[in-house]
Amino acid sequence: MKLIFEKSQAGRRGGELPRYDVPRAEVPDELKRGSPPRLPELAEPELVRHFTELSTRNFGIDTGFYPLGSCTMKYNPRVNERLAMVAGFRDLHPYQDEDSIQGALELMWRLQEALIEVSGLHACSLQPAAGSQGELTGLMLMRAYFADRGEADQRDTIVTADTAHGTNPASVTMAGYKLAKVATDARGNVDVANLRELVNERTAGLMLTNPSTLGLFDEHIEEIAQIFHDVGALLYYDGANLNAVCGVSRPGDMGFDIVHINLHKTFSQTHGGGGPGGGPIAVRDTLEPFLPVPAVVREGERFHLDFDRPKSIGKVRGFTGPFGVFVRSYAYIRSYGPRLREMSEVAVLNANYLLARIREAYDVPYDRLAMHEFVLSARSLKRDHGISALDVAKRLMDYGFHPPTIYFPLVVPEALMIEPTETEAKETLDEFAEAMLAIAREAEDDPVLLREAPHARPVKRLDEVLAAKRAIVKYGFEDHPVLGNETTEPRQLATRRAAG
Amino acid sequence: MLAAIGVSSVEELFRDIPKGVRFERELDLEPPLSEQELSRHLEELAARNVDTSRELSFLGAGIYDHYVPAVVDTVLQRGELLTAYTPYQPEMSQGVLQAIFEYQTVICELTGMDVSNASGYDGTTVAADACYVAKYATGRTKVVVTEATNPQVRQVIKTYAPGFGLEIVEVPHRGGVTDPDELRLAATDAACVIFQQPNFFGCLEPAPDLAAAANAAEAIAVAHVDPISLGVLEAPGAYGCGMAIGEGQSAGNYQSFAGPHYGFFAARNDYIRRMPGRIVGETLDAAGERGYVLTLQTREQHIRREKATSNITTNQTLLALAGLVHLSWLGPQGLREVGETCMSLAAFAQSRLIEAGLELVFPERATFKEFAVRTGRTAEGAIRSARERGVHPGYSLGRDYQDLGDALLVAVTERRTPADIDRLVEALAT
Repeated sequence: MKLIFEKSQAGRRGGELPRYDVPRAEVPDELKRGSPPRLPELAEPELVRHFTELSTRNFGIDTGFYPLGSCTMKYNPRVNERLAMVAGFRDLHPYQDEDSIQGALELMWRLQEALIEVSGLHACSLQPAAGSQGELTGLMLMRAYFADRGEADQRDTIVTADTAHGTNPASVTMAGYKLAKVATDARGNVDVANLRELVNERTAGLMLTNPSTLGLFDEHIEEIAQIFHDVGALLYYDGANLNAVCGVSRPGDMGFDIVHINLHKTFSQTHGGGGPGGGPIAVRDTLEPFLPVPAVVREGERFHLDFDRPKSIGKVRGFTGPFGVFVRSYAYIRSYGPRLREMSEVAVLNANYLLARIREAYDVPYDRLAMHEFVLSARSLKRDHGISALDVAKRLMDYGFHPPTIYFPLVVPEALMIEPTETEAKETLDEFAEAMLAIAREAEDDPVLLREAPHARPVKRLDEVLAAKRAIVKYGFEDHPVLGNETTEPRQLATRRAAG
Repeated sequence: MLAAIGVSSVEELFRDIPKGVRFERELDLEPPLSEQELSRHLEELAARNVDTSRELSFLGAGIYDHYVPAVVDTVLQRGELLTAYTPYQPEMSQGVLQAIFEYQTVICELTGMDVSNASGYDGTTVAADACYVAKYATGRTKVVVTEATNPQVRQVIKTYAPGFGLEIVEVPHRGGVTDPDELRLAATDAACVIFQQPNFFGCLEPAPDLAAAANAAEAIAVAHVDPISLGVLEAPGAYGCGMAIGEGQSAGNYQSFAGPHYGFFAARNDYIRRMPGRIVGETLDAAGERGYVLTLQTREQHIRREKATSNITTNQTLLALAGLVHLSWLGPQGLREVGETCMSLAAFAQSRLIEAGLELVFPERATFKEFAVRTGRTAEGAIRSARERGVHPGYSLGRDYQDLGDALLVAVTERRTPADIDRLVEALAT
């Protein structure tokens, strides 16, 4: 498919702008643009067709089953999209006077209250833009908390699990802490004996996902919390897997002091091809004074932005956070209410059912009940037939499914991390299970078919090594290298016909 | 389903959760709402806001009421794009990947840079990213930022600074712009120098001189720019900047009470391996056809973990896509016209306010789409009385600059008409 720049025709444009009868202002010569930016030049019909064609070369939850582990790819109710576009939300400026934004502040306050209840903590800031920024904010809170207690120099280490999302150790470095890694035991829990060796008075805190990225609830969570609290350290809950335990078990009750909540996972903000997300944090009362400013507070019947927080860490992003995300997630929570527990129950039911359907054909590294997701290994397929987790993933595409997360968590070789979510029907789970079983048979009967997969996508398997080597990261216009061969058109047409 | 699993109840699925941490009561949340009830509830909340179609707004200060063409909404509603996630599996995600590649190209064209990432969170966090890149690129730990840079950008980099091990130094403005000589002195031993063009007051900085001042001290010049200005203002890459960053909202995003929007981050090739975030690259498939993948991933947290260049994962792709669509709709000619229109309307508003007896705070300076005007009383008082006439006249600069308690920052986009400006003048002149 052509790039939009390759469709440009000089002088074309999408639309006209109003012209006003006012004197024309000029940019001083020394600041004036020299050569114009080479933006695309297309009439609106070509523009719409270009992006529509791009969309047909993409796969979303709306297209089909998307069991990308750790990402909670649940259906996004369309009413939430409509509500986020209501003029009273969409056309609101953050610096309007408080009397003209009461509805927005009330929505944010109500969302905070709901997140406090779900997390079992005491205060909430909606400001962080995504889960990873929630993590960094949480670590900043730890730093401010220990500085306030005169322990800033003493506390220099954060413990993370070897199953942790890559964001955890990356956040630790960005926050200026040292990292200690705790191992996983034979049942998939944190290795408590190893943990005891790592934790001491230099420890600032723990970052943990529970259920873990193995999809397992840590059976020793109370003991783990005790180990940290005994040395005066704090516990941070990576809320990426909160979809498993809403109304079932609350991070605050598990002993966590700081939690981030991924609004784009548990509370159904659309993922948008990579974002936006939302990463609010909820904290124990002892940490509330350090939360980002401004806080959204209620005073009687009025809602108010409170900047007067002398111990606050400051601001981690602009204004009060991604408001459109709050509208969608608040709407999602209101559509469930206390039935959020059922949401989690069905997520866990679906995961365990799918695991039961396909476990015979793949290796199961930890033989326990799963929570909302589970991790399989293609180790035996690799050993017996030379078929990797990657091959399984690519072949799933031919069956019309988005592949699961692969090669993560790192502690499982040839990992396939599968999260069906609660919004999938049993028939879909069955179809996916049949595909997984068929692929395991194909691995034996026709391994080349798998190694060359996918066969039914707009492109064949892509060369990621070449991409990194060439590092072509923008269109080069007249100097753009001709990378592809010239046989593209017939197949594109064939694909288009097949799609139509 | 339970039988297939081998349990007798849903409750049993949770047996690994220790009894002491099970939540035994019902969540204290309001009862579920049907779609119709939900719509009514949220529409009632929305009705308690006075949006900028009901009150004539000259607010800017980082978030702007530019026109968003209908085609942006159309593209963003495509479920295949809207409900996909990060394109880890490129064969499933050529649409998003190619769109990001096109977005990266557009950002590089606007800024004159070699490489752009797939987006950061907003215009503040990309500044923190730039500090982090500069620290590791130079081995220096001082960051210089001009006082005429958006106060929220300065606040955010100060929040990040302790973790990054950075010291932040601010350089005061002189009559609304930054003095290059003063900046050169401050830039000694600095990792980078961040300035905003047009700056927070709407004034046009002597940007080439500021970049030269940074370069003279071997600090990386970082321009924080407004994408909508770059059809008329020179590209930072053309005057010696090493990085160009900014808030993307002006291009393609509604105000939306300040989010979600996107920050853009572009740099010279020298910094490509220290860039934060996703980058899409071109490659070939097994049949020799062109395709797109996430690339240079050894920078990223899921590969490099504690040695990553950033922890960013979820970004703002959909909002960046909106930017691509808007800028493609405008084309080079349209972008220049939007810039000229904003600039001319803002100049017209200034001349009308002067005629009405008001004074500009920085009368000597050229401006783009914003300017600072003295109200002759407290800015809050001026806002109050203007709002009684249905006009929000701007942002109170006293919130950030102690000596500007009587000043308003007024933003004029292409959506404001000369008649709107008449209403502004009436509202402020009395």
